[in-house]
Amino acid sequence: MPHDASPPSKRSSDRQNSGDRASGASSNGKEHGPPSPGKDDNIDEPAGDARDFAESSKAAPPPRLDRDVRPPLPPRPTNISLIQDSGAIAGQRQHQSPRAQLLSRATTAISKADIQAQPHKDSPKKVSPTSEQSTPPQGPSQAFGSIRSLKGLGRSDAGDTASIRSFATTVGHGGDNESLLGDGLFGSSQDLPTWRLFSNEEGGIEPEELDRSEDEEIDMNFYKEFDAVAGVSEVGQDEEKLIRQWKAKQKHFLILTSAGKPVYSRHGDDQLISSSIGIIQTIISFYEANDDHLKGFSAAGARFTIMSQGPLYLVAISKLGESDTQLRAQLEALYMQILSTLTLPTLNHLFANRPSTDLRRPLKGTEVLLSALADSFTRGSAPALLSALECLKMKKSQRQIINNTLLRTRCPSLLYGLIVAGGRLVSVARPRKHSLHPSDLQLVFNMLFEAGGIKAGGGENWIPICLPGFNKNGYLYMYVSFVTASPSSSSSADNNNNDEAIENPEDISITQDTVAILLISADKESFYELRKMRDQLIDELDKNNSMQTIRSAIRQGRPAPTDIVPGTVIRHFLYKSKGNVQFMMPSFEPHFPTMLDRRKLLSLYHALHAGVHAKNAHLKVYHCISRNAVSLAWVTPLFELYCVAGPNASRNALAQSANKVIQWMKREEERVFIIGGAVF
Amino acid sequence: MVDSGNASAPKPSSSVKLVLLGEAAVGKSSLVLRFVNNAFQENKEPTIGAAFLTQKTALPTRTIKFEIWDTAGQERFASLAPMYYRNAQSALVVYDLTKPTSLIKAKHWVAELQRQASPGIVIALVGNKLDLTKGAGGEAAALPAEEEGVEGEGEGEGDGDARKITTQEGRSYAEEEGLLFFETSAKSGVNVQEVFTAIANAIPETQMKTSRQGAGGGAGGGTQAALGSDRVNLTGGKGEAKEGCAC
Ligand SMILES: Nc1nc2c(ncn2[C@@H]2O[C@H](COP(=O)(O)OP(=O)(O)OP(=O)(O)O)[C@@H](O)[C@H]2O)c(=O)[nH]1
Ligand SMILES: [Mg+2]
Repeated sequence: MPHDASPPSKRSSDRQNSGDRASGASSNGKEHGPPSPGKDDNIDEPAGDARDFAESSKAAPPPRLDRDVRPPLPPRPTNISLIQDSGAIAGQRQHQSPRAQLLSRATTAISKADIQAQPHKDSPKKVSPTSEQSTPPQGPSQAFGSIRSLKGLGRSDAGDTASIRSFATTVGHGGDNESLLGDGLFGSSQDLPTWRLFSNEEGGIEPEELDRSEDEEIDMNFYKEFDAVAGVSEVGQDEEKLIRQWKAKQKHFLILTSAGKPVYSRHGDDQLISSSIGIIQTIISFYEANDDHLKGFSAAGARFTIMSQGPLYLVAISKLGESDTQLRAQLEALYMQILSTLTLPTLNHLFANRPSTDLRRPLKGTEVLLSALADSFTRGSAPALLSALECLKMKKSQRQIINNTLLRTRCPSLLYGLIVAGGRLVSVARPRKHSLHPSDLQLVFNMLFEAGGIKAGGGENWIPICLPGFNKNGYLYMYVSFVTASPSSSSSADNNNNDEAIENPEDISITQDTVAILLISADKESFYELRKMRDQLIDELDKNNSMQTIRSAIRQGRPAPTDIVPGTVIRHFLYKSKGNVQFMMPSFEPHFPTMLDRRKLLSLYHALHAGVHAKNAHLKVYHCISRNAVSLAWVTPLFELYCVAGPNASRNALAQSANKVIQWMKREEERVFIIGGAVF
Repeated sequence: MVDSGNASAPKPSSSVKLVLLGEAAVGKSSLVLRFVNNAFQENKEPTIGAAFLTQKTALPTRTIKFEIWDTAGQERFASLAPMYYRNAQSALVVYDLTKPTSLIKAKHWVAELQRQASPGIVIALVGNKLDLTKGAGGEAAALPAEEEGVEGEGEGEGDGDARKITTQEGRSYAEEEGLLFFETSAKSGVNVQEVFTAIANAIPETQMKTSRQGAGGGAGGGTQAALGSDRVNLTGGKGEAKEGCAC
């Protein structure tokens, strides 16, 4: 079977490959298990879909251009080759800036994993996060073949079939927990979280800590999560009280140098955190001294995850139940932000000269970006969880017009051109030989849409930025212009936005009616050139009605789950197209109106995600039943689907809806995702 | 966008390139925000790179369109500064009245501009955050910075007066170097419009690019190159600047 050939790590597999694997998987799925619990007539559905899906995306010709069959969108998954053409390493010199050589070097980055290759890596003894990330979640072939029967699950339909795995998180089901969770899924893997709010499997927190009152306390605290902890030195501050406030935070991110100097802390000032920094540094260096590398531990109901990157230690302390892998990805993003500010050579240089360097000074001004990232993780972020982008849904032909407009107005020094509306990607122009990395786009989106500073400033911006996925050694220059999506005021920035609206970054106004034009160049002198391109671009987009298209697409917003599958029990879902490195989700309304609702939803997604991505969990379909929700994760080589239904939904209904979602996605794929894009 | 409405009257209009320089957090972006939007933000985030804004201001006889580069004060962006002041006809060098180091930094910028920028560049030295100093009440709004400053000068640091740099210190330095001089508050708005008006008045008409061309196309290497030939060494420029200051 094709998938037998697929190695556990498919770092450099190309699309052709994954297509093959996909068909393999689908035929396999036919034999062994769709998400429908035990109904034979349901079994074929997803399998057939999966295959069709594979074929359709394989067949979908990259719009325009005689290109190979690679996924056309720049952003790449971490587990798929990020090289556009492996032969394209040298000779990319059309940009004559001093940075030109950096461009060509960038293509040598194979994946995010490459970027984190630092002198101090995670323990060789244990599974490193790097290898974890570059491993396809499906794992080796037996993932598809394994049949695990379900026993004793409270609400399970008896006939549960192949490769369906469930767990219960409710205290009421406590008696079943042991048998359900004892083996395979989590227990046998060293790399797995030992503490997880929603799954509550082993270690860490005691079951009774998860009872309702505890939940409520967490809820209460969450609303205070983003309140500032006052400075110790401020007058009238009772340090005891501050420390209590500090400890009450659900999530901390700390960054320190290996010499123990604080670099960044999401909460609390230097004085407040100094003792914690000291303790953490002591613990880490104790292990380091023994040539061991501490990756994480649990204490006081929190999970501590530690990442060592060159001269830096990054620490996440979370009570929100993410897995180590997920927390490490968050730390990785913070590290990328630091690189993005400084570049790797500068960072290394600072510490090579003086190991006791205080990094706060060179990083000044970056705290807001780090905090914006940290807070998006704390609120829960689907793009971060999935390492994928969300696009603005529109007709293929309409997007084509926009792509062509981008290409037509392209100026010589343009490297990447992006149009982003309502926080979602509309179009991307890029050189054929360079892709855009999801981790880089995460930084850019964070800077522009999460941290409000740039947008609030009004006007146009010229921002030196290192995109580490592209090239961690040098800067690019990013022209940013926010354009109100109405023809009349097309060139004026939208100044009336208050960035307080961030609490609901999606539906609410902050990014609502603006279109961001991002033009990236390697030439720091190209501002006026890019600005001129912006003017032409907007002009043409106005003329060919694309601004109108974009505006109505924004206004339409995300469809509700019931718009996608009428009458569905699904309250929310995430669908990730792996090949496109993009995801789709319906609106949070009406079921998840508040920040807390969404945090809980995202926590559930994290649990599902951790479940199907756990090492040795060769799962294709994964059910989770908790007090508040029945949910399902379904992973194939082509997509990942995570769906959540209400607590009383039957798994059958959920599975059927999941199938319908897949059908819908298949039908709408070319509208929901950017397939092709503008390549030059 | 506030006052731009009446600016569309059919007066001759010309564009002026202006760059803001100064230590981080002295209030450069806040001054621009006040000038452009007549707004103030209590916790403004640091500028990353630079922001480019335009704003028209109406003088009695003509309309000036400012093309403003609001640069980031963080050290690490300093190397990009030449790109922003290279073709500027005017500069606002800003310091924070409550922070002595910021005046030192401002002096560095003035020296760099005098060495490297267009010879005729009009420079205004601006001490910001006047609202944090004593005697910065509402009535001060009407007064030119200097007069008001003279009163506050001898008093040193009274209650709630965070002033660390006297008006005299700023002004005498400005006079030595031939700079326009203002003390402003982006927060209260005091003197903000005045700074820009004074700059507009201080720039000789010959140095301005007339009307649309500069405004719309203000772009492209072509324009920049053209501007190079515009560089006129006006020895009188500084003298005029002083006059403007006394407005
Ligand atoms: N009280 C007072 N605060 C001010 C004034 N101007 C600016 N601030 C505050 O000072 C801080 C820094 O202001 P910014 O305008 O961001 O300073 P900046 O010079 O642009 O800083 P960089 O972009 O980092 O170079 C913000 O918190 C402002 O709210 C002022 O006139 N009075
Ligand atoms: Mg600023």
